[in-house]
Amino acid sequence: MKAKSLFEKVWDAHTVKTLSNGQTQLFVGRHLIHEVTSPQAFGMLREKGLAVRYPERTFATVDHIVPTNESAEPYSDPLADAMIKELRKNCDEFDVTFFDVSTGKQGIVHVVGPEQGLTQPGMTIACGDSHTSTHGAFGAIAFGIGTSQVRDLLATQTMALGKLKVRRIEVNGELAPGVYAKDVILHIIRKLGVNGGTGYAYEYAGDVFDCFSMEERMTVCNMSIEGGARVGYVNPDDTTFEYIKGRPYAPKDEDWDNAVETWRSFASDDGCEYDDVVRIDAANIPPTVTWGINPGQAIGVDEFIPSLDSVSNDDQAGTKEALEYMKLEAGSPLEGTPINVAFLGSCTNGRLSDLEEVAKHLNGHKVKDGIKAIVVPGSQIVSQMAVEKGLDKIFTEAGFEWRGAGCSMCLAMNPDKLIGDQLCASSSNRNFKGRQGSPTGRTMLMSPVMVAAAAVTGTVTDARNVFKN
Amino acid sequence: MALAKINQVTGPAIYVPGDDIDTDRIIPARFMKCVTFDGLGEYLFHDVRFDDQGNKKAHSLNDERFSESSIMLSGKNFGCGSSREHAPQSLYRAGFRAIIAGNFAEIFFGNSINLGIPCVSMEADNRAALAQWIESNAGTEVTVDVDQLQVRAGDLTLSCEMRAGARDSLLNGAWDPLDELLSANQEVDQIAQELAYV
Ligand code: SF4
Repeated sequence: MKAKSLFEKVWDAHTVKTLSNGQTQLFVGRHLIHEVTSPQAFGMLREKGLAVRYPERTFATVDHIVPTNESAEPYSDPLADAMIKELRKNCDEFDVTFFDVSTGKQGIVHVVGPEQGLTQPGMTIACGDSHTSTHGAFGAIAFGIGTSQVRDLLATQTMALGKLKVRRIEVNGELAPGVYAKDVILHIIRKLGVNGGTGYAYEYAGDVFDCFSMEERMTVCNMSIEGGARVGYVNPDDTTFEYIKGRPYAPKDEDWDNAVETWRSFASDDGCEYDDVVRIDAANIPPTVTWGINPGQAIGVDEFIPSLDSVSNDDQAGTKEALEYMKLEAGSPLEGTPINVAFLGSCTNGRLSDLEEVAKHLNGHKVKDGIKAIVVPGSQIVSQMAVEKGLDKIFTEAGFEWRGAGCSMCLAMNPDKLIGDQLCASSSNRNFKGRQGSPTGRTMLMSPVMVAAAAVTGTVTDARNVFKN
Repeated sequence: MALAKINQVTGPAIYVPGDDIDTDRIIPARFMKCVTFDGLGEYLFHDVRFDDQGNKKAHSLNDERFSESSIMLSGKNFGCGSSREHAPQSLYRAGFRAIIAGNFAEIFFGNSINLGIPCVSMEADNRAALAQWIESNAGTEVTVDVDQLQVRAGDLTLSCEMRAGARDSLLNGAWDPLDELLSANQEVDQIAQELAYV
């Protein structure tokens, strides 16, 4: 039999048929929804008098609009309140499981899916959210989709899609100390560009991914979309199965062994053909920080802010715009740039291991006076586990605010926002203009430990020089 | 209900300069607190058009001469970032029926086609020529011809590109796939059964 990549195998297994426009009608095994991109889709169903075809395959949570500093309803923002109520109503009416705030299982949709064991190898998964690529860490093919496609999924459990090409990105060798999964993906995007992945699914592989934990794999897959790739995945292995085992929606008892066997069979075959292969030496990846207004505008923490004559003709306009917006001086060192806010959280870096890693370093340090530092667990379960381990105390003693679960300051749909042109050292995934709530607010993306170092020193700093222990 | 066949779009055009215009720029997240898409047109490119105090900034989108535009010209990687359909929805509700750019982010492209908004890619020289033409012929009609893969403006005839499948779906009035998807329910049930998971 012809050697195939995981992408091809999963695609073929889920293909219903070829549509008249040449696209594929693809069956989607799991559909995840949240409050921002689903209400209009339910509205369209009602308009057309359609039901949800497979309600047991759709799971809902609420994340973008939930305030992280109040839990009582009604929320003080009436629009946010209307959105959570609408989702509740829709799930109720259409019989969809909802991990509501009161269940103790609520959180960012891309944290909740894996946590519940809903995300499994060989699946197709879709969600009206571009960071759905996160779920690819399990060897699933996971697509971010628009609201019309959410409607299509609700009504048919399928959607129309064009097949992607596959680019294998191998990161081999060993990462330097203090270099994290976040640095790996920022480095990949820096090298391949923010639209380098257009038309591709990214298959991440090599020594570094073999050794990564599931949470590290999720961090990388999460930001595939920032590199223009709609899908990013890692082939499933024992690390994957170990993570899934025992979770609420994981296969149980005799089903487990069969499931593992099936999952394993989805991994890319040796010798399968890729449309492109990129190899990266892990040793060359520095702690990476974005200085600009897209995630590809990133440099090593010890490098200098690019000047106009150091970039290609093509990048002139973009560099100029970014320098102006970020209020940075071309050619000056990145290190030492003063920050105002430190944000730890998001679907990229809001999981237990992220918080543990930071807490390990933060112990005994204090957030610098005048810096607002918040830590927002990715889910209620992450929060609960962190509290059990006493992490909340380490954070609050250091001067961080410990918040409730949600998307928080990753984007501006809840009360957590930058003010004016504040600069935020952020563990999230997007540094677009205005992303964090103020039209002039500035974002620098970096690993969680680097965010903590920035909080402690009040400036962008190589964490390895701050936490020397 | 049969969908309209979209062979071409004609109307006044506007140039919105810049590469990598992301969906946060097209519709800032704080305006997505809504349960319907109605009214989104008003907030299109809000933070580009207004300052902190709500005063209009100097921008082509605030220029009266372009206020009737239904075609938008922009730079590379248009619509990158979030999957929010709110972005094409706000363009549509603000009256836009076709977009010309260097190239498009994938999810944005797909979302737009689903709404029947053709998105055509054009190379840099042609975009520059068209931008200049639009500036000196404000309010004059431009045609985005999906069938011929051309953009015509006055004496200019510029070639453009669009992925074949998407183009066919516009030309055949099949840009919203729901009816076709619904017609395969039996096959879908079968696949659902064959697959090992729930
Ligand atoms: S944490 Fe940020 S990127 Fe992730 S789902 Fe929430 S808003 Fe989107």
